Amino acid sequence: MAEAFRHKESGVAAVAPSLYLLLFPIPVVCFLGALATDLAYSASAYLMWLHFSEWLIAAGLAFGVLAALALLIEFLARPVIRRGGVGWAHLALFYGALVVELINALIHTIDGWTAVVPTGMTLSIVGAVLALAAAGTLFRVPMVGVARREVMP
Amino acid sequence: MKKSTALALVACVALAACGSGDDRNFDKSTEYGPNPKLPEPSRGLLPKMNVPKVVGWQGETPTVPQGFRIEALATGLANPRNVYPLANGDLLVIESKKEATEPIERPKRPVMAWVESKAHGGSGGGPSNRILLLRAAASGKPAAQSVLIDHLNSPFGVVLVGDALYVADTDAILRFPFKAGDTQVGGAPAKVVDLPAGPINHHWTKSLTASPDGSKLYVGVGSNSNAMERGLDEETNRAAIWEVDPQTGAFKVFASGLRNPNGLTFYPGSNVLWAVVNERDELGPNLVPDYMTSVKPGAFYGWPFSYWGQHEDPRVRPQQPDRVKAAIPPDYGLSSHVAPLGLAFYTGSAFPAQFDGGAFVGEHGSWNRPDLNGYKVVFIRFENGRPVGQPMDFVTGFVKDGKARGRPVGVAVDRAGALIVADDVGNTVWRVSSSAATP
Repeated sequence: MAEAFRHKESGVAAVAPSLYLLLFPIPVVCFLGALATDLAYSASAYLMWLHFSEWLIAAGLAFGVLAALALLIEFLARPVIRRGGVGWAHLALFYGALVVELINALIHTIDGWTAVVPTGMTLSIVGAVLALAAAGTLFRVPMVGVARREVMP
Repeated sequence: MKKSTALALVACVALAACGSGDDRNFDKSTEYGPNPKLPEPSRGLLPKMNVPKVVGWQGETPTVPQGFRIEALATGLANPRNVYPLANGDLLVIESKKEATEPIERPKRPVMAWVESKAHGGSGGGPSNRILLLRAAASGKPAAQSVLIDHLNSPFGVVLVGDALYVADTDAILRFPFKAGDTQVGGAPAKVVDLPAGPINHHWTKSLTASPDGSKLYVGVGSNSNAMERGLDEETNRAAIWEVDPQTGAFKVFASGLRNPNGLTFYPGSNVLWAVVNERDELGPNLVPDYMTSVKPGAFYGWPFSYWGQHEDPRVRPQQPDRVKAAIPPDYGLSSHVAPLGLAFYTGSAFPAQFDGGAFVGEHGSWNRPDLNGYKVVFIRFENGRPVGQPMDFVTGFVKDGKARGRPVGVAVDRAGALIVADDVGNTVWRVSSSAATP
């Protein structure tokens, strides 16, 4: 709380909502969606679901890389985020999710069933769990737009 | 891995190393012949690729064995894919390009399309999709070159039966009034039968031949995918050789499960049809061997459910165990990813006796393994109508210092017993003759 207040007092970027907060949900939603379509493919072998997974993972990665850059800038620009473990934990979880999903994207280029069963779906589960965990830690990261919810319940 | 233009996708860099490590130690000679060694499928994170840069011939020529010589019959062509010598000594050259653009149903497609265009280079800026006629001259060099048929739709196979020239466009077999000696076709074509083409049209070259008595046509129709990853509906009557009645256009599937059959040719003096077939990719650098086979009527050769007989492809769903049980293995493995597109049996008498009745195979080459395979014309000896021994490199030098100077496609034996090779990346037609014989 104290950090959040100080953060606000410093006035850094308090004017604009964080770009990171705008971008971060997109890969999370995409990776969760890819897990759902992987499950649908493994249940049906219907190729449309495999293609959905591929596009969702690709879109998640595209926006995920932008979000990862925004997070890096936040980290560099705001020492307050670097203090305490939760900021680092958030970064590790999110970057971890991106790495896993990058490998997942490559596995999903296989032509057919083995793109998903078993490796692709396993990676989709791991990637989705990491992304959700990153989302869970986000609200504890002292960041403009996030912290405000904590100080003004 | 030299300048493998290995791939746009962000990542490849660090990840390409994964996968099986034994590729380079693989003894290629075990991949030839009737019982090739089939390693376990292994792809790694990315299919291994090595796309050579296209540099062209720059005045040089391919290499042929001692006792032979090679010369360019025509240069500066636009994607010459096939050659068809006529009885009077004239030569038809089929220039052809794929025109269709495949739908982008997954992110992988544009990347693969880019890799493919890289491997093909610029490939001649002039008009393509036409048939040229090279008029014979005493010296071997053609005296004249003219356009016989223009504005075709990605033609590939041609066969002359009596006074009818059949041309297999990618979407139909056409019949033109024509006979050897003519310099023009005698009017508009008649359509014999439609062939499966767009909107996807993945394997687009339609190979064509006629039965020895001329009563039936045989046309190769390649699959619409690597391993059925576009669904079974897109494969109707594909990955098959059709038997077509040239009079009525009635057709039936003569043999199936042949992923991309090309080089359709009857063995000289027999009623046995042979073909070379491009097998599937992305199961590893040394899988699945491409092959040359006699084609048994009604036979099923496995694609997509299994390869080399009854080895199931793990990627294909739904599986069809009954079809797999019915699949028969082909005759002769050419090794993996050589991309055979041309086949000609030696019927001349200018080459030494060991060539009699043997097979020349034009191997276009592909990028689906780290050490390039194919990119040459090989010769396989035949005894009693069956292939024997290991393939022998016959025309080589299409790759030099990791760069592609050309890629052989269609092959044929001309009236004088010389081997003609279409080179669709070098944009050249080559003629290999015996240096012992007078030209």
